[in-house]
Amino acid sequence: MEPIRPILYNIHEHYQWAEYACYALGGLTVLIFAYGVWRHVRQWRLGKPEPVVKAAPERIKACIKFALFQGRLASDRYALLMHLAIFFGMGVLFIGTALATLDQDIGYLLFKWQFLRGNFYLGYKLSLDLLGLALIVGLALAFYRRYVLKPERLKNLLYPTFPLDSFYLLMILFLIAGTGLVVEALRLAASQVPWAHWSPVGNLLAGAFRGMSPEKLKGTHFFFWCLHALLAFAFIALVPCSKAFHLVSSAVSIYLRNLGPVGALPVAEPAGVARINDFTWRQLLQFDACTWCGRCQDQCPAYASGSKLSPKNLVLKLDDQLLKAARVNGNGKPATAEAAAQAATAAPAPVAAPLHDEQVISAAELWACTTCRACEEVCPVFIEQPRAIVDLRRYLVSQGTMNKTVQDALNSLNRYGNSFNKSDRMRAKWAQGLPVKIKDARKEPVDCVWFVGDYASYDPRVLEITQATAKIFQQAGMDFGLLYEGERNSGNDVRRVGEEGLFEVLRGKNLDAFGKVQWKNGRKIIITTDPHSLNTLKNEYQFEGNGVTVQHYTEVLDELLQAGRLPLKKKLTGRATYHDPCYLGRYNGVYEPPRRVLRALGVEVVEMPRTRDRSYCCGAGGGRIWMEDTPDIKERPAENRLKEAASLVDVPTFVVACPKDLAMFRDAVKTTGNEGKIIVKDIAELVAEAVQG
Amino acid sequence: MNLIVLLKMVPDTVEELNVASDGKSLDSEYLRFKLNDPDEHALEEALLLKERAGGKVTVVALDAPEVDDALFMALAKGADRAVKIPADQASLGTVATARMFATFLASGGGQITPDTLVLPGSQAIDDLEGEVAAYLGEALSLPYVGVVSSVSPVNGKVVVLKEFSGGMRGEFEVTLPAVLGIQSAEKPPRYVPVAKVRAVMKSAKIETADIAPPESAKALAVERMYKPEVAGRAQILEGTPEDIAVRIASLLAERGII
Amino acid sequence: MSTGILVLVEHLKGTMADITFEMLGVGRKVAAAQGGQVHAVLLGKNVAALATRLGAADSVLLADEPSLEQSSAEVIVPLLQQLMAQKQASLVLLGGTNASFGLGVQLSARMKVPFVNFCKGARVEGGSLVLTSQLFSGKILSDVKLADGKGIVSIYPGAFPAEAGRSDKTPPVEKVAVPPGSPKVVFKRYIEPDTSDVDITKQSVLVAVGRGIQNADNISLAEDLAKTLGGAVCASRPVIDQGWLPLSRQVGKSGMSVAPKLYLALGISGAPEHCEGMKGAQLIVAINTDPKAPIFDVAHYGANADCLEIIELLKEAVEKKKTK
Repeated sequence: MEPIRPILYNIHEHYQWAEYACYALGGLTVLIFAYGVWRHVRQWRLGKPEPVVKAAPERIKACIKFALFQGRLASDRYALLMHLAIFFGMGVLFIGTALATLDQDIGYLLFKWQFLRGNFYLGYKLSLDLLGLALIVGLALAFYRRYVLKPERLKNLLYPTFPLDSFYLLMILFLIAGTGLVVEALRLAASQVPWAHWSPVGNLLAGAFRGMSPEKLKGTHFFFWCLHALLAFAFIALVPCSKAFHLVSSAVSIYLRNLGPVGALPVAEPAGVARINDFTWRQLLQFDACTWCGRCQDQCPAYASGSKLSPKNLVLKLDDQLLKAARVNGNGKPATAEAAAQAATAAPAPVAAPLHDEQVISAAELWACTTCRACEEVCPVFIEQPRAIVDLRRYLVSQGTMNKTVQDALNSLNRYGNSFNKSDRMRAKWAQGLPVKIKDARKEPVDCVWFVGDYASYDPRVLEITQATAKIFQQAGMDFGLLYEGERNSGNDVRRVGEEGLFEVLRGKNLDAFGKVQWKNGRKIIITTDPHSLNTLKNEYQFEGNGVTVQHYTEVLDELLQAGRLPLKKKLTGRATYHDPCYLGRYNGVYEPPRRVLRALGVEVVEMPRTRDRSYCCGAGGGRIWMEDTPDIKERPAENRLKEAASLVDVPTFVVACPKDLAMFRDAVKTTGNEGKIIVKDIAELVAEAVQG
Repeated sequence: MNLIVLLKMVPDTVEELNVASDGKSLDSEYLRFKLNDPDEHALEEALLLKERAGGKVTVVALDAPEVDDALFMALAKGADRAVKIPADQASLGTVATARMFATFLASGGGQITPDTLVLPGSQAIDDLEGEVAAYLGEALSLPYVGVVSSVSPVNGKVVVLKEFSGGMRGEFEVTLPAVLGIQSAEKPPRYVPVAKVRAVMKSAKIETADIAPPESAKALAVERMYKPEVAGRAQILEGTPEDIAVRIASLLAERGII
Repeated sequence: MSTGILVLVEHLKGTMADITFEMLGVGRKVAAAQGGQVHAVLLGKNVAALATRLGAADSVLLADEPSLEQSSAEVIVPLLQQLMAQKQASLVLLGGTNASFGLGVQLSARMKVPFVNFCKGARVEGGSLVLTSQLFSGKILSDVKLADGKGIVSIYPGAFPAEAGRSDKTPPVEKVAVPPGSPKVVFKRYIEPDTSDVDITKQSVLVAVGRGIQNADNISLAEDLAKTLGGAVCASRPVIDQGWLPLSRQVGKSGMSVAPKLYLALGISGAPEHCEGMKGAQLIVAINTDPKAPIFDVAHYGANADCLEIIELLKEAVEKKKTK
C-alpha cells in the first residue's frame, strides 16, 4: 500500500462543519494579519521621506544571510542554535501545513490527485516530525535562558507591545508545537498506518494513547485538532500586535538596510528630531524591527560604564513612542471628526509627544553615547542606533541645551577651528622645530596632503609623536605638505555632537583649503592622523573631481614598509597588543595595515579578547572627549579596556593609532595603577624607534 | 522692560599681542577682535530678564572688526533689535566709547524709558580709562551698580547682586531706569547653533545710527606700550628625592611661606 | 608742588582689606617724592575702630554712619568730590576691586581729571607721575604720564607691597558729614558664600594634585602635607572627575582661579585649561615625572620626580625647617 496523506483525517469524515469553520477562520486570520501589517506600514509612514538605494540582488542576498540564516546571531552560539531551531521549526511546520493545504485543496479537491504520497510523503512526515522536535527543543532552550539563566541583556525596562510578550510568544509556540504533536500521535494511534515509524516522535507519543478506544481517540483527536488550529490562527492573527512581528519587520529592516558607507551620516535637518515623526520612515521601521535581544546593550561602553544609556532601551522607548503616536493619531490621521476640523482650521497639532523629556529620553543618555558603533555592528536587524542618537542630539544643540564643556569646545571650534581655544595660526607650530621644513600644500605642488587634526596639532602630549611621524614621512622621501593654518577641525565629532551647521562650516573651510592644493599627480592622497578625521574626510566630504584617496597614517606606514622605503635600523622585539580605534576599524574596516606594520617592525602582536570589529571604545568618540564624566560613573571605558590589555600575559606595550586614544589610555594607565606594568605607545613611535635607530 | 545691551569688541588674547612700531599701540597685523566676555554675559542676563519679565532687548555696538557677527549672534539668541554705530571703536578709548553710547541713548534711537535697564558688561580687558558702565551712569545721571551677577525685577524696581571678594555678595535695590555693569549672568551664556545664526543673517537686518564722534578719541595718552618680561621655564631642581624635598623646604622658608 | 592724596580705605564687614595698605604705601611713595599729605578716607558703618590701623596716612577722614554700610557710587562719589576740593587733593587712589568698582570713573568725569585703571606700578619722574597699567589680562603693559600729577588711579590688588602702608602710628581723625539724600541704589543685605567646603581661592598655600597622585588613598598624603604647610588641597580636572575630591576644589578653566602665595603642583601635567586657573600664583613649584610636561613652562621651580616619593619627604623637611 502506497503511503498517502489522509484527507483531513477524522475531520473530513466526521466533523465536516469544523472543516468549513477552519476555512472561514483561516481566511479571517489572513485578513486580520494583513490589517495588522498594514497598520505597521502606516506607522512607518508617519516618518519623513528617505530615499532607498535600489540594489535588489544585494538586498536579497543579505536577507538570505541575515534574515533567513540570522548571520548576526553567530556570535552567541546558544542564541543562534536556539533561534534557528525555533525559526526553522516553525518555518518548516508552516510550510508543511501550506503543502498539506495545497495537497488537499488543489490536488485532491480539484484534480482528485495528491502529491503527498509515496516516498515524498514519508520524507515530508519525517522532516515535519523532526523539526517539530527541534522547535520544542529550541523553545525549551529559550525558556531556560530567559527564565533561568536570565542574561542581563534580555531584561526590559519597557514593553512597547505588552509586558508578557516574550512569555506569550514562547508559550503559544510551545502550545502550537505541542498540540500538533499530540494530534499527530492521536492520529497514528487511531489509524495505525504501517509508515507510522516515519514520524518517530509522534509515533513514540502515540504509544501513550494506544490503550484508548477508537471512539475516544477520535474525540480526543478532534479536540486537540481544534485547539491546535485555534492556537495557530490566533498566533498568526496576533503577529502584528506582539514582538512576533519581527518576523516581518526584521526581514524588511534587513532588506532596506543602509548600503552606503557606515561612516556617513545621512544629510539631515540641523534642527534634529524633537518628536518621533521627525525621524525618517526607515528609522521608524528600524525601531519597530527591534527584537529586544539586547546585543547592542552588551557591547555598549556607555552602558557598561554605568551611564543611563542603553541602546536597547533607547530603541524600545522610541518604538513605544511610535506606537503611542500611532494610537493617538489613528496612524497618522486625526482620530476624531473634531480633531479633523481643528486640524483643518488651525496649524496641524503635533503628531507626537516631545521625546526630549526626562521621563522619555533624557539628555544624559543621549550625551553618554561615544558613537563607537559597536551596537550597530552587532544588531541582527541592522538598526542604526548612533544615527538616531545624533538626530536626537541635534535637537538638544538647536535648543542650546548642552554640557558647558561641549559648549566651550563648540565656541572654540567655531572661532578658531580647533577645540583647544588656541589660535588657528598656531596649528602648525609643532612643525617649526623640524630640521626639514614641510611644504605648504597650498603654495607648492605635492603628492599628498597630511591632514594632521586637532589633537596631533595642539595637544602637548601628542606633539612629539606628530613630529616623529613627520620625520618618518620625510625619511621615506614622501612628497607631502600641510594645509598649515588653513586646516580646520574636520568636524567629525562636531557633527556627531549634533552641531550640523558648524560641521558644514568646518567642512566648507577645509574643502576651500584643499581646493587650493596643487596636486602633482592624478592620484590625490590625503593622509590623516586622527581616525575621526579619516572617517569624515573619506565618507562625508564631497571632494570636487575624482581621484582623492583618504588614508590613515597606519595605511601609509604599511605601504612604505612593504615597499622597502623605510629600511629598519633596528628590529624591535617583544610582545604588544593593538587597540583598534572605532573610527578606523568598525567604521572604515582598516584592521590589517597597523598589524602588518607592527609585525614588520618585529613586534609580536597579541590580540585582546575584544578585537577588530568587537574592539572596545576608549570613551572619547562622538564628542565625549569634550564632556566631563558623570560622578556616578562605574568605570571609564578606557580603564575597562586597559585592564583587559593588562590581563594579557607578558604584554608590556599597548599600541594605539589615534591621538585621542593616546590621551585616554595614558590617563587610564595612571588611574588603574598600571604604571610600570604597561606602556601606551603610538604606532608611529615604534616605527620611529625601528627606522631611526 | 526696555533692555539695552551695549556690546564692545576687544582684542582676542588667544592671539599673540604685539606692540606696534610706534611703541604706543597694539600691532594691528595679527590683531583679532572678539566680543568682550562680560558683554556676552550682559546679553545673556538681558535675555533671561526678557524671558522672565517680558520686554524688548536692543543690542548696540560701535563698528569694529567682526562686530556684525556679534550682533547677528545676539539676534539669533533672541535680541529684538541690533544697532551699529559706524565709528571705529578700536581708535576710541573707553571715555569716548561711553560718550558715543550716551549720545545714542539720549537720542531717539535708544530712548531711556522709565522701565529701561542699560546693561553693559562690567568691564573689559582694554579698560585703561575705566569702565563704560560707570561712565554711562554718570553721563546719563542714572543709578549705577557694577560687578552685578543677578538681576530680578521686584515691584517696578530691580534687586541686584553685586559680587565682593571671597564669594561674598551684596544685595541692592535699584530704582529704574538704571545702568548695571554685568559681570556674569545667572546662567552661562547660551549656545546658539551655527544654522540659526546663518538663518538670522539672511532674514534680519542690523540698523545703523549715525552719531557724531567725540572731540578727542582718547582721554589718556599712552607714553609707552610693552610686553611684560616672561617668567620662562622653571628652574629644575636636581638630585635625589631627599635633596629635592630639602631644596623645596628651603625655598619656602626663604620666602617666608613656612 | 604740594598736593593732597586721598586713599579710599577698603574694608568688608569690619575687616580691613590688604589693598588699603598697598594704596597707602603708594600714597606715601608719591608723597615722599613730590610732597603733600596722604588722607585715608574711611567710610562705612561701625568702622571708626579701623582708623587706628591707618597710621601710614597723615590723617583719617572718617564718616561712620549706618547709611554707609555698603553705599553706592551716588553717595560716595559726591563725598569724594567734596573731600578732593576740601583737601586740595590732586591724586585719588582707589582699590581695583569689586568694592570700589566704577567710583574712579565717575569721580574723574565729575572732576574732569584723568582716570587710570589697572595700575601696577607708579614712579615719579621729573615732577610728573608715571603709572604702569596692565592691559589685556596682563599680556601688555602701558605707561601713562600724569603731567601735573593730577588723576584718579585704580590700584591693581597685590601689585604693591602692603608692608609699605602699615604703621603703628595713630593718625588724627577728622569727621566728615554725609549730606542726606534719597539714594536710588539701596543696600539690603550680604549674602554669605557657601562655606560647606574649603574656599581654595582664599588659601595662601595650595597643594594641587593631578593624575600623578594615582589613587584616592594618596589624596590623604597630600592633605597631610597641606596641613603642614598651612594650606589646603586642590586638584586638576582628572582628579575631580574621578570623584576623589569635590568640585569646589577644582582649579582651572571649569573650576576656580586661584592666586596663592605657593602653588605646589604634584603630578599635574599642566594642561592649558589647568594653567589658566593657577598661573597667577606667586610661587609655583611643580613635581612631575615627565620632564616635558607643560607645567614646567609656568612653574618657577620644578623637579622631575614621582610626586608620591616626594610628598612625605617634603613634609618631613618642612617640619624640620619649622622647628628650627
